[in-house]
Amino acid sequence: MTDISTPKFLSGFRNAGLVKTAISEIHKCITQPWSLMEICGGQTHAIMQYGLDQLLPAEIELIHGPGCPVCVTSLALIDQALWIAKQPEVIFTSFGDMLRVPGSNGDLFSVRASGGQVRVVYSPLDAVEIASKNPDKQVVFFAIGFETTAPANAMAVLQAEKMGLQNFSILPANVLVPPAMHAILGSPDNRIQGFLAAGHVCAVMGYWEYPPIAEQYKTPIVVTGFEPLDLVNGILQTIKMLEEGRVDVKNAYSRVVTFQGNQAAQEIIKKVFEPVDRNWRGIGIIPKSGFGLREIYKNFNAVERFGSGDIKTEESKICIAGQVLQGLKKPSDCPAFGTQCTPQNPLGAPMVSSEGACAAYYRYGKKPR
Amino acid sequence: MCLGIPGKIISIYENHGTKMAKIDFGGVSREACIEVIPEAKPGDWTIIHAGFALNLLSEAEAQETLDILQEMSELAEQEEKNLND
Repeated sequence: MTDISTPKFLSGFRNAGLVKTAISEIHKCITQPWSLMEICGGQTHAIMQYGLDQLLPAEIELIHGPGCPVCVTSLALIDQALWIAKQPEVIFTSFGDMLRVPGSNGDLFSVRASGGQVRVVYSPLDAVEIASKNPDKQVVFFAIGFETTAPANAMAVLQAEKMGLQNFSILPANVLVPPAMHAILGSPDNRIQGFLAAGHVCAVMGYWEYPPIAEQYKTPIVVTGFEPLDLVNGILQTIKMLEEGRVDVKNAYSRVVTFQGNQAAQEIIKKVFEPVDRNWRGIGIIPKSGFGLREIYKNFNAVERFGSGDIKTEESKICIAGQVLQGLKKPSDCPAFGTQCTPQNPLGAPMVSSEGACAAYYRYGKKPR
Repeated sequence: MCLGIPGKIISIYENHGTKMAKIDFGGVSREACIEVIPEAKPGDWTIIHAGFALNLLSEAEAQETLDILQEMSELAEQEEKNLND
């Protein structure tokens, strides 16, 4: 983004002067401690990367949310992925982040090391392309992600159908933000007083689902982007509402997000997927918090195709990822943090992902405030 | 995962009946699926995630946000100046 070809209307969101102003506005209007959650792991990393947490008033506690799909993909699904990837006729495709996520016994890297065909793809459509070029192989795509990734995952199924591919399937693992917000805000342990909603989830889904959530839990919500100025602006708008005792939903990422969201994308999702109960790693089952394939697309479901459903799982006994993902503990509260558990040798998924809170703390050398 | 990168649409074409585009990311160009932004045309800005356009990026909205923050910054400067005078 420092490239000279970046236009002013984008580079402005990294303008240090404007970031400073917004931060001093936050300092001016804050009178008491507030706990905010940024739900998206991409935002957690941006906050750490730019050191924004160090510039904010000490009264603000940022609680890192479960918005890291790699982290919350259930152990059962990871184990299924490992099992499918080991089948000799399979080319298993995935976003790169998933390869190091520990299952009960090994990860996708170790499957690849022992001869399994595991390939990293940039886009789900690349997996469809691999299927069309390898008609003698079964190509499976690990369809993880939040609502942001759901249209691309749905499109891959539609594209494979259009091309008449019999050798393509997905392991459906999409998760949804609003049910997770309900689970967090409705928990008896909840400490969150304001939410930064995930900008790119809202780019697809809009934010029409949020006013009832804000109302029900009396918690202001601000749709927030990913650049430093977006983040401090989102925090400023949340703090202003909290200080004024207002509960509302605001959009601080209007260059990308509209209230209704991208309707064409929502239609594609609706065509292929339907909401299903999903188990979040470290958190448990959240009702209607995932996307499963609709009945008419069940032929594209790798679980049915390979009968991989029944696998016994075993979680690390030391890792506190579950509490970190719920915002109850900070990564640095974990006795294994940075010692037994590092990005090279992770015990839990949040240490793996480029969006995981543990990886952010490790990478940017954060100590608890 | 939800990382979205702003890019500029260079050209639009079809692949197996799906709307695709060549996108410029500050000098690097890549292919992306733009099926869900049917109104897109070359020169438009979009946010790309996992090779897929999420939405168009509004230059006008971006400018408006920046203008509001710029105004806030000027006001703060003025206040500070008044205090010092």
